[in-house]
Amino acid sequence: MLTFIVRRLIAAVGLLLVVALITYCIFYELPQWAGMTVDNLASEFVGKSQNQDALNGVIDRFHFNQPFFVQYYDYVKAILVGDTYSDGTQLIHCNAPCFGYSFRNSEQVWPTLLDRFPVTFSLAIGAAVLWLIFGLAIGVISAVRKGSILDRSVMIVALLGVALPVYFVGPLIWMLDGFPAVSYSSFLSNPLSWAQALWIPWVALAFGYAAIYARMTRAGMLDALGEDFVRTARAKGLSNTRVILRHGLRAAIMPIVTMFGMDVGALLGGAVLVESVFSLPGIGYLAINSLGQSDLPMIMGVTLMAAFFVIIANLVVDVLYASLDPRVRMS
Amino acid sequence: MSTISSPFEVGDARPSGSRPFLDVNDLHVHFSTEDGLVKSVDGISFQLERGQTLGIVGESGSGKSVTSLSLLGLHKKADRKGRGGARMTGEIWLDGEELVSADEAKLRALRGNKMAMIFQDPLSAMHPFYTVGDQLIEAYRVHHKVSKSEGRKRAIEMLDRVGIPQPNSRVDDYPHQFSGGMRQRAMIAMSLMCDPQLLIADEPTTALDVTVQAQILDLMRDLQREFNSALIIITHDLGVVAELADDIMVMYGGKAVEYGPAKTVFTAPEHPYTWGLLTSMPRLDRPVQDRLAPIPGNPPSMINVPSGCAFNPRCGFVAQNGGRCSGEVPELLQTTSSGRRHLVRCHLPVDVRQRTFNEEIRTLL
Amino acid sequence: MSTDNYSSATVADAGRAASGAASEPLLSATGVQMHFPIRRGLLRRTVGAVRAVDGVDFEVRPGETLGLVGESGCGKSTTGRLLTRLLEPTGGTVKFEGRDITHMKPGELRPLRRDIQMVFQDPQSSLNPRHTIGSIVGAPFEIQGIKSPNGTKRAVQDLLALVGLSPEHYNRYPHEFSGGQRQRIGIARALALKPKLVVADEPVSALDVSIQAQVVNLFEDLQAELGLAYVFIAHDLSVVRHISDRVAVMYLGKIVEIANRDDLYSSARHPYTQALLSAVPIPDPDRKGEEAKRERILLTGDVPSPINPPSGCRFRTRCWKAQEICSTQEPPLVQLTSGPRPTGADHKVACHFPD
Repeated sequence: MLTFIVRRLIAAVGLLLVVALITYCIFYELPQWAGMTVDNLASEFVGKSQNQDALNGVIDRFHFNQPFFVQYYDYVKAILVGDTYSDGTQLIHCNAPCFGYSFRNSEQVWPTLLDRFPVTFSLAIGAAVLWLIFGLAIGVISAVRKGSILDRSVMIVALLGVALPVYFVGPLIWMLDGFPAVSYSSFLSNPLSWAQALWIPWVALAFGYAAIYARMTRAGMLDALGEDFVRTARAKGLSNTRVILRHGLRAAIMPIVTMFGMDVGALLGGAVLVESVFSLPGIGYLAINSLGQSDLPMIMGVTLMAAFFVIIANLVVDVLYASLDPRVRMS
Repeated sequence: MSTISSPFEVGDARPSGSRPFLDVNDLHVHFSTEDGLVKSVDGISFQLERGQTLGIVGESGSGKSVTSLSLLGLHKKADRKGRGGARMTGEIWLDGEELVSADEAKLRALRGNKMAMIFQDPLSAMHPFYTVGDQLIEAYRVHHKVSKSEGRKRAIEMLDRVGIPQPNSRVDDYPHQFSGGMRQRAMIAMSLMCDPQLLIADEPTTALDVTVQAQILDLMRDLQREFNSALIIITHDLGVVAELADDIMVMYGGKAVEYGPAKTVFTAPEHPYTWGLLTSMPRLDRPVQDRLAPIPGNPPSMINVPSGCAFNPRCGFVAQNGGRCSGEVPELLQTTSSGRRHLVRCHLPVDVRQRTFNEEIRTLL
Repeated sequence: MSTDNYSSATVADAGRAASGAASEPLLSATGVQMHFPIRRGLLRRTVGAVRAVDGVDFEVRPGETLGLVGESGCGKSTTGRLLTRLLEPTGGTVKFEGRDITHMKPGELRPLRRDIQMVFQDPQSSLNPRHTIGSIVGAPFEIQGIKSPNGTKRAVQDLLALVGLSPEHYNRYPHEFSGGQRQRIGIARALALKPKLVVADEPVSALDVSIQAQVVNLFEDLQAELGLAYVFIAHDLSVVRHISDRVAVMYLGKIVEIANRDDLYSSARHPYTQALLSAVPIPDPDRKGEEAKRERILLTGDVPSPINPPSGCRFRTRCWKAQEICSTQEPPLVQLTSGPRPTGADHKVACHFPD
């Protein structure tokens, strides 16, 4: 088990390096291949104060005039040990992990990400709890009452949940609630207004996921309830509830665990749509703004962060899977 | 359907007036599906006393497994319009209690307790995520108010009884860590946790190798003697029933076609389907035949059971009976007046059947 | 022995008649091994091997049926896959008509696929549900680029008729057939290119008793008509006895005994063969219960792991005759020449203390 985790961790680091390489390539190299001069590219980084000093600072900072792998090496090195550079007017020291400096907004990437992350985290976790509870419950009940009116109507709602985009559902709920004015405040400072600000985004985000989870749970439960070991459980004289939950759901839950881990991992990298709809200052909102401003260092930072969470989620899911399935654990 | 009675000798075994330990009377199990009504079990009756073994023999689709599940009430019940599950009619009397009309709570109290089941493939029949011990303990604690540690003691005791070495440590293993034979032993241990009086084994050795099968058959025989339970063994393997059964019921197309003491069914069978089963399998205790004598055609689809005798399209003796075989369902009737009950469902006259068997079939065996 | 005229029954007769020790074997396996590596740890190093087949020697003669029996995990199915070169052996040699095919590359194997065919256990999963019977049975013609004189369709319909199906089944799909019929389709596909050897892996195990007999008879008829040789792999000892000319018994990757059918079943010399035969339940209620138990040799314990098989004789851990020598020296598979009951040239046993 330990070697398994170590092996996966090493692979995760390697994967992150590859992701960094590819994104770096896309943002810093492709434009040059496409014919952009070094000065053009550098001007993308500098805000309104276009002067040659600032441009030179950027060129120097990114080593645009050096071979590609030197540029990439320096980028990774800055993440690990930090860096110091000039924005044309002053020297800036950027502590490790240094993901770069946003010349557009004159702020460092990493502290900005850290600042935005709690919002995304609150949104993702809250919604995840909601959709997991409702998705599982609805899926199980639907499977047990397969073909009933309840099952059919719930599955129609679930189909809507899958089909309707969150930028439709979100404003709809907001409207039904009379457009309350909300602004995010930290859980630590004021839990009540934290929840007040987030409940509509939670519901909006969880609706679509819950629909998918309900359908998956239903399908998995129908399979599991047809298994021989469920028949054995009935033959032992167990109560219906116990058969369904302890024997059926236990077997059906494995793929759902996998999907849940992956979904939460992906959301932690930014719930772009929901954050935009409700103007929540999270990672996703940051990503959209940065894209709009062509703030390349920030986009790089967000991308790497998202990739990090997806990879970590993958690892967690694998470990979880092994601990839940003795057959995997032993081999 | 009162033509059917016990195959035991008249006046044998039990005081007059009382019911046999297990008395199944005119049991029907029908499923309504999109393709039509499936009469999986269509009027079967049999009796069984404690300490006795009944073998139910048949091919796929004969209704033998549906019969076994219906005894435990394990089919999903159909709704009021008869959809989405099994519609059961008839009577199942177990030790004086009627089970077809019993409610779920009553059945649940009996399941795994007074009647238990051994399934075919122990790998799929045991939950892969719980230890063997957990599953055995669960089976015991449903019906007994005891602590976990007492349940565990019982589980180890039963694992030991069915011949699993080092039961103290194996109790904590998962099913996939057991070999096929050991898994089936564990499955048997699980079914015996509550001392059941009726044990139903559905193809208990089909998934096993022949040397392991021999061990399991011996074990079942010993355990039955020890617990004095009534045993129903359901199989397609005539060798396996011959090893264990006192009585044999041969099923075809949801009906019993021949029912009698094992010895009679094997040495003087009277139904052409039973003949076919016996002649189509090569036997190690006979000289090698030049050719096997298979039954032509395929087992009937349960959606479209042939009219009349379900076996008539595959039967070689239909011509001797005019149109009767395809027009009229034969009844299951006592064949001779000898003391032993021997019931056969066939339009051929008794003397023709007996002569045909003696002159044509016996030499093929 | 090579002839293109397959429809002649005399070929089969010739094959059978010549199946004495003198005739050239159709296929021969010498010391054939299949070790599947086990990888573990950080670097996925090979830490051991599943020795599924661990040195088997036998030959298949033209027109004969060699039965291969043993319990699950003994390596009989793997052996079948090695003979048909669906797997590449990790040791030993397989020769077909004198040519070494052990390590042939896929391109070189293609012509061989015409001569050696395989029939699988589960007719359900070995037929593609989306293809018609015509395209399933006709596929070998297409793959091998063979033109039949009257067209492929005609050839396929002839094959369907040969295995007892109707030519009208040409455009139907596998799910429209019963298990027995599907197995006939699998056999028709195997026979399409007129092979010389058919390796059948548990071909009747998934079928109902009455259907089993139909398919066994079909195998025998086809052999008589086309002069095929079979390797018939099965766990059912009665079926193997019925169909085979010679029988090899496998245990844990090794052949423990090989003999003519009658010799093996009437005077088995290896303790494992004896135990195996005694365990088969006999459909005779007179032998029920205690009686059967007394005649039966009950093996205790389980088959050891093929990752770490016992030293010396592999059966010794479950053998009632085992002595010191059995754990130190592996008994070779040989004809018994000395002792009270010598065997014929065709009867070989791998045991230090044969009966």
